[in-house]
Amino acid sequence: MIYLQLFYEFFKTGLFAVGGGLATLPFLYNLSDKTGWFTYEQLADMVAISESTPGPIGVNMATYVGFETAGILGAVVATLGLIAPAIVIIVIVAGFLKKFQDNQYVQNVFYGLRPASVGLIAAAFVSVLTMSVIRVDLFRASGVWTDLFSIKAILLAAVVYVLTNKTKWHPAFFLLGSAIVGVIFKF
Amino acid sequence: MKNEYLDMFCTFARIGGLTFGGGYAMLPILQREVVEKRGWATENELSDYYAIGQCTPGIIAVNVATFIGNKRKGILGGITATLGVVFPSLVIITLIAAFLQNFADLEIVKHAFAGVRVGVCVLVFNAVVKLWKKAVIDIPAFVIFAIVLLLMVFLDISPVLLVIGAGIAGVIVQGTRKAVRK
Repeated sequence: MIYLQLFYEFFKTGLFAVGGGLATLPFLYNLSDKTGWFTYEQLADMVAISESTPGPIGVNMATYVGFETAGILGAVVATLGLIAPAIVIIVIVAGFLKKFQDNQYVQNVFYGLRPASVGLIAAAFVSVLTMSVIRVDLFRASGVWTDLFSIKAILLAAVVYVLTNKTKWHPAFFLLGSAIVGVIFKF
Repeated sequence: MKNEYLDMFCTFARIGGLTFGGGYAMLPILQREVVEKRGWATENELSDYYAIGQCTPGIIAVNVATFIGNKRKGILGGITATLGVVFPSLVIITLIAAFLQNFADLEIVKHAFAGVRVGVCVLVFNAVVKLWKKAVIDIPAFVIFAIVLLLMVFLDISPVLLVIGAGIAGVIVQGTRKAVRK
């Protein structure tokens, strides 16, 4: 029953992804490995679309994955799965707001969770890196070392990196720009 | 009298539809719509909700919406506000996904997305750097970061296990520190 499985997988993601939108990414990579519902490339595309459309990124990702996997109902089920644990937890926590915030154990747990969350997102970064700038897939297919690094992609990445850190333009702008560069220079 | 649930749903749907990028991008819109215009929460409450929304599981925007809805109308209010905030995403993303299914095989779309992936790569890197500064504050935190990263990249391990393990590690590390200080 694909809907039940979608709900379960996204419920798990909603329960364990701490620290905002991109924190869902490692869970989705894991889901891709396990189920083959979507590829790593599709995931990267989903990140791009999620970043360039309104709404929380995690929710956008769930909707996209759900739709790709099982149509409109899949999109609804995945999104509901993602937000269900949050609703339950927040309603409980709201009862003793201050105590929760100041509790030493809660703080200790989060001392460990925060770097773990960064590690998980960094792993997701490695995945995106190996299919955009460092083309491990092309290298595996051809065995030619020069296929491993795409000069065009490295240049584009460098420009985007500098601009994202020097300007306050919206991420959607950079993604649109990257898309246009991709079309013009045939990435 | 206007239906308060409907009003709440519509307000949060508008907030969800106006927010690009989630989480922190939502804060100024929430301040205007919820604090200033409607008085559903105070500025201080909002900042508390954010602090806790960040360190409880789940999407920050959803957590904050649940808090505000729950405060106004109990559990049903929490659910209403949350469904409101995700509603625009559901509609917009479904439309885009449906569109892409029909055009994903076009050469031009493929090139566009190959370019976009490079942009995504940089955005994810920037997110890592930003989070790193707040999270990797000392050597034990760095060790947790490094172990999680290596296990995730080189082994097919479930992130759920890593998150649970890191939470336990946090309790042990901080607990030991306290014991040593005494």
